[in-house]
Amino acid sequence: MAIDFDKVALGDKLPEWSRRTGFAEWNRYAAVNEEFVPFHMDDEAGRRAGNEQGAFGMGNLRYAYIVNALRDWIGDDGIVREVGCQYRAINQKNDVLTVVGEVTEKTVVDGENRVRLDINVVNQDGGVTCPGHAVVVLP
Amino acid sequence: MSNDTLTYVTEEMRSAQGKWGGTRTAPPITETDIRRWAMATYYPQQPPRIYWDADYAATTQWGGIVAPPDFNPFAWPVERPRGGSPGVSGRRPDGKPLTGMNGGQTDTYGVPMRPGDVVSARSRLLDWWEREGRLGHTLYVRTEIEWRNQDDELVRTRMSISIRY
Repeated sequence: MAIDFDKVALGDKLPEWSRRTGFAEWNRYAAVNEEFVPFHMDDEAGRRAGNEQGAFGMGNLRYAYIVNALRDWIGDDGIVREVGCQYRAINQKNDVLTVVGEVTEKTVVDGENRVRLDINVVNQDGGVTCPGHAVVVLP
Repeated sequence: MSNDTLTYVTEEMRSAQGKWGGTRTAPPITETDIRRWAMATYYPQQPPRIYWDADYAATTQWGGIVAPPDFNPFAWPVERPRGGSPGVSGRRPDGKPLTGMNGGQTDTYGVPMRPGDVVSARSRLLDWWEREGRLGHTLYVRTEIEWRNQDDELVRTRMSISIRY
């Protein structure tokens, strides 16, 4: 189940991790993060905030999806050390979001086997919504 | 049409720049908080056992249940601190209040959060910039937020960008 640092190569792809998103996902995230912002809950409020299609999803939920994709890849023997991303495009209702990533660097720092990845969250049209990076520690 | 004099930067922001604000402390983390967080962010699939199965978690490197790195122990305070970041009270030229949005973040993680942990946070405004964007005049603000647990171990450092337009 765990992946081994020595077997990871530059260019390796993160296994894709997808969710179709809408109120079922947004409302659950709003509940645990107490993130009851009108433009995430109500189409009219979404349009008032400048999104013609109405309510839209939380950036933080896409961030959670990145973290989850990393956890599912590295297993419980790995450590998520760093995650960064920018929220570039809006998460519209019924978007299918997929976390993608590629290994860009392997280093040993302070005795930790670190793997750096370029990360993104793309939608069903291939639209880039959340470019970023991550660093994980592997056994 | 550009407006060279328009700015959403306030005196309050200028005087707060670089200074750590007061410490906020979250309620103790419970197993239920962690399980619900994981169930919400993995929905509709089942989250990994490390987030909810104590017997399994005891066999891992963690020795017990840990929270997902992105877990927020500061949700649902009984008393909410007033305000928020300094200077969000600005108004647009059309008189409407500014809309705030999350622009992105980079988090560096230290020790994991566990059931029973009490996490404290402090933050400071680092810098800001403004430009004309798709949504009109837009202010970007960079904030550093540091989380430590009850043993003063570093849990997370966040560099956060907020957008106001």
